[in-house]
Amino acid sequence: MSDAVLEVRGVTKSYGDVQVLRGIDLAVREHEAIALIGASGSGKSTLLRCIDLLDDIDDGDVFLDGEVITDPACEPVQVRRRLGMVFQAFNLFPHMTILENVALAPERAHGVDRREARERGRELLARFGLAGREDEYPDRLSGGQQQRVALVRALATRPRALLLDEITSALDPELVGEVLSLVRDLKAEGMTMLIATHEMGFAREVANEVCFLHDGQIIEHGDPERMFTAPEREETQRFLRRLLDARRL
Amino acid sequence: MTTVPVDRRAARELARRRKARRGTLIAVVSSVVVLGGLAAIVLTSSGWPAVKSTFFSWSAFKTSFPDILKAFWIDVKLFIAVEAVVLVLGLVIALVRTTRAPALFPLRLLSTLWVDILRGVPTILVVYLIGFGIPALQLSGLPTDPVVLGGIALAMSYSAYVAEVYRAGIHSVHPSQRAAALAVGLTQTQAMRRVVLPQAVRRVLAPLLNDFISLQKDVALVSVLGPLEAFRVAQINAAENFNYTPLIAAALLYLAVTVPLARMLDRMQARSRDVTSGTVPL
Repeated sequence: MSDAVLEVRGVTKSYGDVQVLRGIDLAVREHEAIALIGASGSGKSTLLRCIDLLDDIDDGDVFLDGEVITDPACEPVQVRRRLGMVFQAFNLFPHMTILENVALAPERAHGVDRREARERGRELLARFGLAGREDEYPDRLSGGQQQRVALVRALATRPRALLLDEITSALDPELVGEVLSLVRDLKAEGMTMLIATHEMGFAREVANEVCFLHDGQIIEHGDPERMFTAPEREETQRFLRRLLDARRL
Repeated sequence: MTTVPVDRRAARELARRRKARRGTLIAVVSSVVVLGGLAAIVLTSSGWPAVKSTFFSWSAFKTSFPDILKAFWIDVKLFIAVEAVVLVLGLVIALVRTTRAPALFPLRLLSTLWVDILRGVPTILVVYLIGFGIPALQLSGLPTDPVVLGGIALAMSYSAYVAEVYRAGIHSVHPSQRAAALAVGLTQTQAMRRVVLPQAVRRVLAPLLNDFISLQKDVALVSVLGPLEAFRVAQINAAENFNYTPLIAAALLYLAVTVPLARMLDRMQARSRDVTSGTVPL
């Protein structure tokens, strides 16, 4: 058994006749950030959803701290309580205030006393530059602020690892920076993260390793510098060239 | 150069005011013409004097109104009791229909049948079947009071409609909300209760109130079982005096409840439009 916090071994997943994941192997060690890059539809989101047990895998195994979490005998709720996930479209609860969004899980899923959950939520929001917005509803906030709240909501349960699913893809370009800088801070604090992203500059800067997902397989992975400057596989080169042409690199 | 825009602004303001004034004038004139015309047709018809004395007799109204008002109290009580039951029962049926737990399969089947049958059968027929069928069983412990039986029938019929309203609301909440709730570590039940249902109920408040209004007047269907509620009393009164004015009196009482409810519904719908235009992210 390796010392990885998260390990994915030979995971496959199909939706009907479409095979979305074709045998994924991946490990995220403590304090590491792994970036998943690849075109839309390459399986990045599906992989993250499968790791968080929001989708069932067909074959293979996922380990969290050495424990198989994809065993049918494993209770998904308990697994999800140890992981944090942030979605592309924020998915904040629109009928709750910012503070309620953040304090919900600690109180209801972890049995933290209501007052304490709120107190901690307040502190966490303040730490990430959201002080004073606690009692507002999500639709009063900018996209960047909403996504920061979503990050705080995921952090509030003190997860073992964070799964970030293209968290800046739904944002206006000028709002991307504030969300990425928060993730940068988390990395500096030693948070273990698996990051699906289209922000190549960010992946290069923050990630310990970059995995290129193509057609449901990780066909190339390695040191970010090398991946972006000297990719070996033709598919990786083509993907990066396309981004370059679109001025996204 | 700067004087031109000022002039134009004044001209524009004048044109706007003229247009507004003309709009008001047209509205007033067309209302007078249409409503006045209709009134003229009715009032000049050859049968109007007879209709006036049989439907709009002030003396008949005065003598029958106190009895009808007293009887209307039964309608109000029945309406409130049935509505309370319907709101709870409808929600339970909707929840059973939306869960996928295999253990609940028989209940799910039952609730699907319940909704299909009770929505498909005229309410008055349900009232007859329950009102006369249950006492005919002659089982002890079953209610025999026609008001209670009528209430049960109405609750059955309306719970089917209301269950579908709730269910539509639950389905209208985007699956990503449930995914987010599960992702933070809530159980399926908690995700439903804390995240999906509150949003669903908020979205269907207006259609729920619509069924509320409908139930309020359908309470009169219980009259076929014989209890002396407002419609029944008005009917008896009308038959005794060969004058239909008591029915008008009863109608006014129903309107006194339904119209305020309808205005409340309008206001709620306007508000929910404001909320949804706030582009809540999914």
